Amino acid sequence: MTWDWQFFLKDIGDGETRYVDWMISAWGWTLAVSGCAWVVALLFGAVVGTLRTVPNRWLAGAANVWVELFRNIPLLVQIFLWYFVIPAIIPPLQQVPSFVMVVAALGFFTSARVAEQVRAGIQSLSRGQRNAGLALGLTLPQTYRFVLLPMAFRIVLPPLTSEAMNIIKNSSVAFAVSISELTMFAMQAQEETSRGIEVYLAVTGLYIVTTMVVNRLFAFLESRVRVPGYVGGGK
Amino acid sequence: MGDLDLSFFDWALVQNFLLKGLVFSVELTIVAMIGGIFFGTLLALMRLSSHKWLQVPAALYVNTMRSVPLVMVILWFFLLIPFLTGKPLGAEWSAVITFTAFEAAYYSEIMRAGIQSVARGQVYAGFALGLDYSQTMRLIVLPQAFRNMLPVLLTQTIILFQDTSLVYAIGAYDLLRGFTNAGRNFNRPVESFLLATLVYFVICFSLSMLVKRLQKKIAIVR
Repeated sequence: MTWDWQFFLKDIGDGETRYVDWMISAWGWTLAVSGCAWVVALLFGAVVGTLRTVPNRWLAGAANVWVELFRNIPLLVQIFLWYFVIPAIIPPLQQVPSFVMVVAALGFFTSARVAEQVRAGIQSLSRGQRNAGLALGLTLPQTYRFVLLPMAFRIVLPPLTSEAMNIIKNSSVAFAVSISELTMFAMQAQEETSRGIEVYLAVTGLYIVTTMVVNRLFAFLESRVRVPGYVGGGK
Repeated sequence: MGDLDLSFFDWALVQNFLLKGLVFSVELTIVAMIGGIFFGTLLALMRLSSHKWLQVPAALYVNTMRSVPLVMVILWFFLLIPFLTGKPLGAEWSAVITFTAFEAAYYSEIMRAGIQSVARGQVYAGFALGLDYSQTMRLIVLPQAFRNMLPVLLTQTIILFQDTSLVYAIGAYDLLRGFTNAGRNFNRPVESFLLATLVYFVICFSLSMLVKRLQKKIAIVR
């Protein structure tokens, strides 16, 4: 077989877009889906993870249900659920662009995993920290805000790094509802050009580069917020 | 969109659409689990060996597999297998090979942690008894590593079962495909997806409860 990378500069048929332009735009969609979903995942994951450690049994129970629900259904099924089922049951959501639905699906799916990490982080702190906060006259929310969470978030940075890398990889599942992201591009460009190996190599390379950059960003963040005297602050 | 209508859901539908898919999903999970743990253990042993020429390729393989989305790996194998063997292979067989190769990377990380969790004295004890490297590994280290890691290996298998739904990308007939086909056939996609959600949740949730119980059991014995 012979290599042919020339087709990347060829027109896709609309007179102005080349395959390489299409791929860059697909990369942008991958970044947009993963980035927005990460914000959702972090927000809900932090809240749900924290609630799982509070003394109130109802709140902790509800948070547990959240985690079990989103962890035990395959991501692809959850995406179909958000894309086909929820708009059918709640008609006003039919106007919402599919991008938003995919972000919700991927975000909530990942939030369950983030919540697991946050819970583990809070529970890894010694009981004395919580007691010390309460003994100082802080209320329980204040103890969380000023004592427990600032420590817990630093401790869980390494597992959160792998979740952030996972969300980029998992965004590939959005191909199933025709979001024009990298995997969708790979499938369509492969079909149109028959240069599957070149297309897949380029797309795979972009995924690896993206996850590596995220990994480095988190490593930088980790070194900036390291807690002196804690192993968990380091690498 | 009217109210939900589940009347299309009967035994004939299960037989005609779902059973075939469920059987394939379960088969794929079991084959990929057994193959993945086997090759994963080999990869872990390679990474822990003192020979560079064994370490480097294993590390390269595992790290590459772990940094590429599973859907891309599925597409890669579907493209490459016919290219290498010269004849097309069905989506189902392609999925079996892909999942075994992909999961081996993830299982190998678990087995590596498991082997490293076995106390070094155990290895020395094996050598002191006159066993050679392969005997020490096979008879002393691996059984303990496997046992320590059993809950993690099973949790990974639940994730594997969920991930089998991604064979959607190459059109293999798995459990999810059974539901989507049934939904299309009866023009009831919404109800069909709801049922799919329920079935996957019940299977994965009960399996994860079983793993939790097993974890407690093992923890007491140790």
